[in-house]
Amino acid sequence: MSAAAMHAPGQSGSGDASLGHVATGTLDATHGVVLYLEDISVSFDGFKALNKLSLAIDVGELRCVIGPNGAGKTTMMDVITGKTRPDEGTVFFGQTIDLTRLTEPEIAHAGIGRKFQKPTIFEHHSVFENLELSMKADKRVRKTLFAKLSSEEGDRIAEMLDRIRLADSAGREAGLLSHGQKQWLEIGMLLMQEPKLLLLDEPVAGMSDDETERTAELFLTLAGKHSLVVVEHDMAFIGKIARKVTVLHEGSVLAEGPLAQVQEDPRVIEVYLGR
Amino acid sequence: MTSPILTARSGLARRLYGPAGWLAILVAVLVAFLLFPVLNLAVAPESPFHISAYWVTLIGKIMCYAMVAIAMDLIWGYAGILSLGHGLFFALGGYAMGMYLMRQIGRDGQYQSDMPDFMVFLDWKEFPLAWWNSDQFWWCALLVVAVPGLLAYAFGFFAFRSRVKGVYFSIITQALTYAAMLLFFRNNTGFGGNNGFTDFKRILGTPITTPETRMVLFAVTAAVLIGTLLLARTIVTSKLGRILTAIRDAEQRVMFCGYNPVHYKLFIWVVSAMICGLAGALYVPQVGIINPGEMSPANSIEIAIWVAVGGRGTLVGAVLGAFLVNGGKSFLTQQFPEYWFYFLGLIFILSTLFLPNGVVGLVKSWRKK
Amino acid sequence: MRLILLLAIFFSTQAAALDRALVDKLGFGESDEKVVAINAIAASGDPRAAEVLGALAEGELQTSGKLVIIVKNDEAFDAASGDKLALPEEREDVVANNRLRGAVSAALAALKLLSPDRQQRLAALKELSDNAEGADVAMLGIVRRALAAETDPGVKPLLEQVAASLELKGGDREARIAALQRLAGSSSANAKTLLLSYIETEKDADLLAEARKSLRAVEGKRAWAERAGLAFTGISLGSILLLAALGLAITYGLMGVINMAHGELIMIGAYTTYAVQTLFRTKFGAAFDWYLLAALPAAFAVSAAVGMLLERLVIRWLYGRPLETLLATWGISLVLIQTVRTLFGAQNVQVENPAFMSGGVEVLSGVVLPYSRIVIVIFAAAVLAGMWLLLTRTRLGLFVRGVTQNRAMASCVGVPTHRVDTWAFGLGSGIAGLAGCALSQIGNVGPDLGQGYIVDSFMVVVLGGVGQLAGTVYAALGLGFANKLLESWQGAVIAKILVLVFIVIFIQKRPQGLFAVKGRMADA
Repeated sequence: MSAAAMHAPGQSGSGDASLGHVATGTLDATHGVVLYLEDISVSFDGFKALNKLSLAIDVGELRCVIGPNGAGKTTMMDVITGKTRPDEGTVFFGQTIDLTRLTEPEIAHAGIGRKFQKPTIFEHHSVFENLELSMKADKRVRKTLFAKLSSEEGDRIAEMLDRIRLADSAGREAGLLSHGQKQWLEIGMLLMQEPKLLLLDEPVAGMSDDETERTAELFLTLAGKHSLVVVEHDMAFIGKIARKVTVLHEGSVLAEGPLAQVQEDPRVIEVYLGR
Repeated sequence: MTSPILTARSGLARRLYGPAGWLAILVAVLVAFLLFPVLNLAVAPESPFHISAYWVTLIGKIMCYAMVAIAMDLIWGYAGILSLGHGLFFALGGYAMGMYLMRQIGRDGQYQSDMPDFMVFLDWKEFPLAWWNSDQFWWCALLVVAVPGLLAYAFGFFAFRSRVKGVYFSIITQALTYAAMLLFFRNNTGFGGNNGFTDFKRILGTPITTPETRMVLFAVTAAVLIGTLLLARTIVTSKLGRILTAIRDAEQRVMFCGYNPVHYKLFIWVVSAMICGLAGALYVPQVGIINPGEMSPANSIEIAIWVAVGGRGTLVGAVLGAFLVNGGKSFLTQQFPEYWFYFLGLIFILSTLFLPNGVVGLVKSWRKK
Repeated sequence: MRLILLLAIFFSTQAAALDRALVDKLGFGESDEKVVAINAIAASGDPRAAEVLGALAEGELQTSGKLVIIVKNDEAFDAASGDKLALPEEREDVVANNRLRGAVSAALAALKLLSPDRQQRLAALKELSDNAEGADVAMLGIVRRALAAETDPGVKPLLEQVAASLELKGGDREARIAALQRLAGSSSANAKTLLLSYIETEKDADLLAEARKSLRAVEGKRAWAERAGLAFTGISLGSILLLAALGLAITYGLMGVINMAHGELIMIGAYTTYAVQTLFRTKFGAAFDWYLLAALPAAFAVSAAVGMLLERLVIRWLYGRPLETLLATWGISLVLIQTVRTLFGAQNVQVENPAFMSGGVEVLSGVVLPYSRIVIVIFAAAVLAGMWLLLTRTRLGLFVRGVTQNRAMASCVGVPTHRVDTWAFGLGSGIAGLAGCALSQIGNVGPDLGQGYIVDSFMVVVLGGVGQLAGTVYAALGLGFANKLLESWQGAVIAKILVLVFIVIFIQKRPQGLFAVKGRMADA
């Protein structure tokens, strides 16, 4: 009886709307893990960018990923966000969402935000508009044509402007901001999406020491509420925020653990100092 | 001093135009619906204030072009997608209207047949399928927007989904209009081959060449142009409009924000094509002819330069550009026919080199100084 | 029929003076009798037969009283014997109507089959096989004799075919079967029509079966001939597309410049060829056939110079802005077209082929490869090879590849990037000029010449994959073939449309072209 009911038409996919835009379902992180990568391999013209990479990120965790150039850090983010499809392996967001089957917007919708290595913001829009566009909302064409900013949404944008210290520049064209400010704006845009998982590719590149300091503080307050994966070269910054560090080398995980432990790992030393 | 946040926030409130903008539109309405009809129909032809039929047709024609320019600006200026095939949508709208006008000729053609002359000439006994119901105005009016819209949807769906972008997209739109032109040049396609449709006699039962009909067509065109402008303005000032510009500037970021750019591009692409179809439908009864030449790649690429001259990303710039370039064209082709191509070529070169933001951009930067 | 044949054979054995009775019939007989006489005279193989028949064709055959005479330059000769006579006062023309003229020319042609001159024999065969009526069966004897004597491998097959057609008309059963079997070896269109018409008239079941068998054989061979012809036109069109696209493969494929004026650079090359040709005609008429040798470098140089000028003046300022480049270069194309119109007029100009490029070689019966097309195929291959060498074996090529791959790095290691841009653009433009020179040999040269190639050549480069020389070659040949194949099936316009639609669909499936560059930077 129950089996028959399960196969009845119309019963399927009640939770995860199956039509087009929001084919994502809800995040099920009951086992405490928000992101699983298992045996991911990606190759470009024979070059193995990722080689049987496996990784798991816990809910609320702040994970730092380091590794020399070409270790596969950016490719890993491309795989998670759907920009690159893996040749083999599985990527799961929570228990149920198979990321390799979703498009970029669907992945974003499911709750993954990504900051690029080079700050990517809407240069011809004002700072305020940048946040408005990234804010969590119904992102279908018809809705956006008639969308009006509610006062509550306006307040949330104003709060975020304060938080990323761009309140005074709210009306400025984003392209006119300094490099560090752009980085902050991009982080602000990610947060407006209210993602469950944040992928941050070199978030403090080009920031002043003061700005770097504040970014570290910001990340520490975010951890817990969100899960964060931070790729960075700046070891001082890593030292400030790191709890658990993953070292990538030639497309797979070389070492994983607390920063101090990883730093003493002879294989890591060899990779960083040359062979 | 108000806080920057409040100012930025209020900037988002939907405001189509400021007082100056509405005033300009009011003036345009008065000119189109009062000044032109009176000066053309009521003022004696000898009077220096009389506006001749030539001018009514010319301005009417350019207003159609201005609609195409708005359509082009929506897709190119705002969404960053340069189409080199918009002439195709324009021509398809024109052909849809042309079919109706051909049917309205009735038995007044050379061969006094119910069929259009070219079909009699080809010895066809019945209408091809595409002509089904073409004697009904409402049906052809539907085709005017539906055919360009559907073609644009089908083409855009595959192109945008496959992430065909930039110059690639431009070139395949050019190939599309070129292929369509070859198709329409064939007699067997069923749309009059080389000659297309011409020698129209009536529209909605009234003679098409009388001054009154001409004035009505002019006024309808003006109304549709203003309507198009307001519609386009509604789109670009909405959140959707801001997303389009965002796609133009950083498509990756738009995707990672959770918007699907394909849907947005498709939306504006289809709207743009439909506006072109509408413009073509208004163009044909005023100019009195439609032929496959309208689909030539050269015509489509010219549309881009109207927008570039006026100023990309500003709707008023698109309208202005259409008037400037086409006004210049009709002046120069009459006065110095052999120099027109030099002139047009130089507009292309100089406006891209020295006027990246068009005339409107130039005026804006003067004002700032 | 049989009687005539017997007569013919009878007369063919007599090699003496012409039979006066026949000549008299020629002069005084009814139309039917005259035709019989013509054929009989020809069949006699007499050395004077050609003279008499020729006289009839020229209107020099006259009658005077009971005598048939030939009057040439106010001198009279006896038609039968050839003896000189006094010019009679009373003479009447022997009037030759169309039917007679046809019979005479066929008969004369048959006589020429015995000529020792190969060209004359070939011309005669052509005349006999093209003639709608075909040669009269009366000629069978001559044709048989000619066939027995013929040794030239270029002439014999044609002769055999003519002989076969005559045997089918007039031969006995064995001869017909033999003829049918011989026809099976042919691949010509004439053999096919011959067999088809024969099948319609023949009643004998055995012969009919034999004819059908031969027809199948001929059709099989013709299908191959047609395929071969199609393949050649495909290669020919492909090489033209390749020539048009090779320059673009550098300016667009390597440098990323969307040059909409590329077609006009081709056009300029064609007009330069025209100018050089005109110069040769007026100044060195004797060496006219060699004008192409001067036109090639001239076309290259002029187009390259125009291209380099454009690069310096306009395109340089638009690097990295492809859509603007597209519009600006479109403007340039308009200016160039109008300039050429002003200089040379809006009408097409005539570029004449050198003598060695006119005509063609017939590889199979009915498949003629024009020399001009063959030369262009070879030329395209040569340009391709030259370009490949230039890009891979020279310093300029190294610089160009370096700059296109990593401009900043190239600049750091001391490559003069701006100058390389100019030279590379000049090279691409110069190759367009060469293409124009080649195109002037096979088509019209007019101000709009380039417009016809711009869409096609972009399609080739885009289809082949940007920056991929090999891809460009495959795409050009592939498009050439596809176009011609579809053309033979659906006609030129539909073929063109189908190809364009195919490319549009293809690009959606593989935006990077045939030879995709994959990897992280692919869609950067």
